[in-house]
Amino acid sequence: MMELNVLLAGVGGQGTVLASRLIAQAAMDKGFFARTAETIGMAQRGGCVVSHVRVGEEVYSPLIPLGTADLLIGFEPGEAVRCLPYLKNGGTVIAAQKAIMPVTASLGGAAYDGAVMLDYLRENVPGVILVDGEAICAACGSPKVLNVALLGAAVASGKLGVTMDEMQKTVEARVPAKYLELNRKALSLGARAVPAK
Amino acid sequence: MGNEAIALGAIRAGVGLVAGYPGTPSTETLETVAKYKPDGIYVEWSVNEKAAMEVAAGAAYAGVRTMVTMKQVGLNVASDPLMSLAYVGVKGGMVVLVADDPGPISSQTEQDTRHFAQFSKLPVFDPASPEEAYLMIADAFELSERLGTPVLFRPTTRVCHGCAAVEVEEQRRGVNPEGFVKDPRWVIFPRLAFENHKKIEARNAALCDEFSDYRYNTVTGSGRKGVAAGGVSYSYTREAAKLLGIDPKLLRVATPYPFPERLALEFLSGLDEVLVLEELDPVIERELIYLCGKHHLNVKIRGKLTGDAPNAGELSTELAKISLAAYLGIPLPAQQPRKTPPLPVRPPVLCAGCPHRASFYAVKQAMKGRKAAFSGDIGCYTLGNAMPLDMVDTCLCMGADVTIAQGLHRAEPDTVNFAFIGDSTFFASGITGVINAVYNETNIVLIVLDNSTTAMTGHQPHPGTGRTMMGNVVEKVSIAKVLEAIGVKSVTRVNPLDLDAAVKAVREAAAVDGVSAVIFESPCIAVAKPLTLHTVDADRCIGCKKCIRELGCPAISMENGKAVIEPSMCYGCTICAQVCPAGAIAVGGAR
Repeated sequence: MMELNVLLAGVGGQGTVLASRLIAQAAMDKGFFARTAETIGMAQRGGCVVSHVRVGEEVYSPLIPLGTADLLIGFEPGEAVRCLPYLKNGGTVIAAQKAIMPVTASLGGAAYDGAVMLDYLRENVPGVILVDGEAICAACGSPKVLNVALLGAAVASGKLGVTMDEMQKTVEARVPAKYLELNRKALSLGARAVPAK
Repeated sequence: MGNEAIALGAIRAGVGLVAGYPGTPSTETLETVAKYKPDGIYVEWSVNEKAAMEVAAGAAYAGVRTMVTMKQVGLNVASDPLMSLAYVGVKGGMVVLVADDPGPISSQTEQDTRHFAQFSKLPVFDPASPEEAYLMIADAFELSERLGTPVLFRPTTRVCHGCAAVEVEEQRRGVNPEGFVKDPRWVIFPRLAFENHKKIEARNAALCDEFSDYRYNTVTGSGRKGVAAGGVSYSYTREAAKLLGIDPKLLRVATPYPFPERLALEFLSGLDEVLVLEELDPVIERELIYLCGKHHLNVKIRGKLTGDAPNAGELSTELAKISLAAYLGIPLPAQQPRKTPPLPVRPPVLCAGCPHRASFYAVKQAMKGRKAAFSGDIGCYTLGNAMPLDMVDTCLCMGADVTIAQGLHRAEPDTVNFAFIGDSTFFASGITGVINAVYNETNIVLIVLDNSTTAMTGHQPHPGTGRTMMGNVVEKVSIAKVLEAIGVKSVTRVNPLDLDAAVKAVREAAAVDGVSAVIFESPCIAVAKPLTLHTVDADRCIGCKKCIRELGCPAISMENGKAVIEPSMCYGCTICAQVCPAGAIAVGGAR
């Protein structure tokens, strides 16, 4: 019986909701039961946002219990670190490298250095997969494909239990035709960020 | 999504009219009905929840199955028609969907609509998951029509915004209302209220028994230490019990009012103690305490009132697990907190390029050195209170900015009192406040932040947008004309992205004796096409940080002592360029 918990953490506006829907849909397309919980509302405006995806027949809570996430996808290094308590022992972390500076930090309230977060992830999460989302977005010519790129890395990590072809089909069914090529490219560039086993 | 499931369930149950006012976490329900809108269904965003409730009641008088949608605080607005409607009743099934928001995640209160059910004496359904909400909404319609009473349906955020796989049936109950039949029953009079009150009490006593057999009110498990839960808390409780490897005697309450008394008594028999896990208020807990008193049962009821469960905020599997473990004496391994580097503080902020930032900044500049107070309201623009703008001194409830400013003026007549209100909020409940100010000769400056949409809840149309949920293009209601008709002495419309003109308009309005208004018109950047990208010329930037210190735009940060603009976020509002003392910010770069 497949049971899978995937947590997506980022900053409002980064596209975490669509990514979590695609993961759940891909699982459902394979005949599994899936549920998600997302942050919608005021926190979306540049605040921390977390999406929970749970696959399996015996998951009741919409939220992933602490210490049980198989995969944590951080859209931003600090947000990945913030959500580490959700990760189970031996769980996988995929994180985008680029830090997003909160206004509070720019105003001089609290210092924030993304490099410190990346170092922390490297030291504390064996096999952490860091994705240069900025380069992928530049290569695709759109700042909006970070979510799909991270999805590509998640598929390539093998943790989602779906193949690249299956995810491709799910994306095709959900994304407008004119963005298909863009998303296909982001998906495959994201997958390349995962070192071959 | 739970809201979509509820909408599809309502369509399947033959709903013929849906009305509501946007409010997180309820909004997507009405939007989903409008998206599918099979033949014979009428959908509208009403100007506010009271209007929505009355529109739906009227149609239900004529035998149409109707649904009203709102968030928990919306029911405060609609409580006047609701309380009387509970006495008058309906003919067609009428479901009042009120979404509660434990946390609160996107609300001003943690109020519990189950109290409203008790207060109005109306039955309430409390779904535990999206898939269950889909089926339960049909039960709600059926009960409502059978008893001729409106029925409350109360999902919470994690049900509304949770997604799950749901099997949707194609078959749909037909919409064939009998039509309005004139009858004295539709006119509320004291005598009728007295007669109906007696009937309601008898009906609810019978429902306590009927609900004891309702399929979603259940008792499972065994033992002398019981657990009771309802709504999504039931899902957390089951998950926590699974993690702890236990199967305690568990009462699940899906209809908190009228309370399923017979079932609860069966549950209580043979128990020493009960732990109640529920969000918001101790409703199930108090019902069980009441039953123990009524039947002289020696069962200790634990929960929020005894400090055995958290009395505020959202529940989770962890919190349920901690409460359960302490209650049952199960040792939990001590948690070692991770030592992480200091994490960034990330409160929500106005979007980069948001025209409200420019509007707030213009008022701030215009009032520099003057004693002024800024009353705000509900919407994205509540975020104008964050540093560095710091332009929202009060926020209470929908429409209160206009009237709070009037009270402040009476207390301190020498302060310039500003009232900030969004376009949708203006139509919802701002207009009567403006009339109050004009009538009572109260000196305030009304600032309408008109971004041509209901932005916070996801861009719903309203009377000023000229679009309806039926897809029609209609005459726009002009805010300026409404204000002029009320008798506001000076009404100025200005684009806040033209900073000089905006500051000038505010200064002039503040000089008016009586009620004056400035309408800042600029569309929400989340739905408008981006303007030209701006960049910082590093050679000209003097590193003064004025753009950051005064505007707090999330697209601007400092790198190596110079300001930089993140191209993926910049909308091209130009306010930073207008503020920069070195002329270092200009059009440039490619998207």
